[in-house]
Amino acid sequence: MPGLEDLYREIILDHYRSPRNRGELETPPATRTEGFNPLCGDEIVVYLDVDASGTVGDIRIGGTGCSISQSSASMMSAAVKGKTLAEVRALTRAFKGMMSLHESSLDTDGESGEELDADGEPVEDVKLGDLGALRGVVKFPVRIKCATLAWNTLMQGVDEAAEAHPA
Amino acid sequence: MSTAEVTRTFDVAKVKADFPLLQRELKGGPIHYLDSAASSQKPQVVIDAMTTYYETINANVHRGVYEIAEAATNALEASRVRVGRFIGAPNPETEVIFSKNATESLNLVARSWGGANLGPGDAVLLTQLEHHANIVPWFQLQAEKGFEIRWIPLTADAQLDLTDIDRLLDGVKLLALTAMSNVTGTLTPVRELTEKAHAAGALVCLDACQYVPHLATDVVSLGVDFAAFSGHKMLGPTGIGVLWGREALLDAMPTFLGGGGMILNVTLDGFTPAAPPAKFEAGTPPVAEIIGLHAAVDYLDALGMDAVREHEVTITAYALRTLTERFGEALTIHGPAEPAARGGVLSLAMEGIHPHDLAQVLDEHAVCVRPGHHCAKPLMKVLGVGATARASFYVYNDTDDVDALADALGEAADFFSF
Repeated sequence: MPGLEDLYREIILDHYRSPRNRGELETPPATRTEGFNPLCGDEIVVYLDVDASGTVGDIRIGGTGCSISQSSASMMSAAVKGKTLAEVRALTRAFKGMMSLHESSLDTDGESGEELDADGEPVEDVKLGDLGALRGVVKFPVRIKCATLAWNTLMQGVDEAAEAHPA
Repeated sequence: MSTAEVTRTFDVAKVKADFPLLQRELKGGPIHYLDSAASSQKPQVVIDAMTTYYETINANVHRGVYEIAEAATNALEASRVRVGRFIGAPNPETEVIFSKNATESLNLVARSWGGANLGPGDAVLLTQLEHHANIVPWFQLQAEKGFEIRWIPLTADAQLDLTDIDRLLDGVKLLALTAMSNVTGTLTPVRELTEKAHAAGALVCLDACQYVPHLATDVVSLGVDFAAFSGHKMLGPTGIGVLWGREALLDAMPTFLGGGGMILNVTLDGFTPAAPPAKFEAGTPPVAEIIGLHAAVDYLDALGMDAVREHEVTITAYALRTLTERFGEALTIHGPAEPAARGGVLSLAMEGIHPHDLAQVLDEHAVCVRPGHHCAKPLMKVLGVGATARASFYVYNDTDDVDALADALGEAADFFSF
């Protein structure tokens, strides 16, 4: 039976207590997208500033949520800064692959994203880094939506930014 | 507090023994089920009544002339009368409508009565305590009919603020309100508001989902015109709900769902509806669930609804005292501070710990509470929170359950201490 320590890894609690990139960005140039978890009422706001070359220049996170959704958003914000939109999409696929009940291996504790995505396709070898700490969430299926909320919201922002900056 | 003081109304240990699920062990100990506001556990007699139906008289109702079909029909109609008597319905045979749940009952009132009676220039008055089930159907109808929706505001301790009630009721055709909040446990002054509403020319639709399971209910003395509740919150099965309505209103209302069972006649040109309650009961009803609800009502009546209420006031008072003494300012308990003004529903907010995380730690100790917005997002906004962790009590909960809750909250505070 999974224990609390599988869910609440120290790095998760650190990001929850000291969230990175909290705040707002001016819109425009930044995009602002909102995500809701209808189950628990959590809300997340992602401000995304993508420069002319299609690189994430800055990101800010707003809203409220549990330790899992807040730490996931915090780690996400740190991970995507400076990445191209294509790299952000690849990272998101890798993260969501890790969060997939079907594809995630419960036995391994690897920190790289050598996973299959939801369609069973191999995910590019993307370094998940600290985000690997959220792997344990998959053992608590109700909480998966908490972990993916920020990423789904980010993807809306990426789509909007991609329209403004066609590659 | 001594156990004897808590259990003077009935023997809680004996009650608990009637519930098979509560005999389970979880995480190496007893299960502390504190989520009865979401759904109650079922005593063995309810489970047995449903099994016996399937094993002995399973047949469709209101159709066959063979012996078991008649027995099934008789059992269904006996439940209707029994449930009606339980809430003081003057004409249970015609006024008690079986639905899927309280949500469907409230939708029936909105679609049928509201559809025929509400239009531009009219107003419906709700309270800020309402569950989405008594909000969304009115918004849905408003989009078609264009009437106004008003709200009774709340005081700081989540009671109805009636300062402006006369102005709010002016021009209102229907007051639709909860008798007890599923979030804060607030009991609303139903009788007082019904008198005011009737004086202003409005009808009253009561969401009694959290009330009928916990307090002796008499729809006549409450004075309401409709009352909706669910079987699964009152020791009965899921999938069965009730709408009680005044006979004259039900007679005049248009039909709701169409199909078999709700007609007097059908021709190539149209249909003639049946009289209530059949008029509002299209399709094969959940017979086993209706029979299970009968057993649940028998069980509650045997305990005595006054004793049920007394037990819950006592356990709620014990919980309020225990949690306040132990956690002080670090723990907010939303709603009225006085146990007599509320039901056994405690919405908790622990400083620095999100309700989702709180409930997760509590689960490690087999303490079952519900995190979230409890289908009352407008109320969450008024309370200034996104979510709460809710503990709710019923006939089978004892001081051990409260102590386990307090201990688990202490563990959560330690785990997340900054």
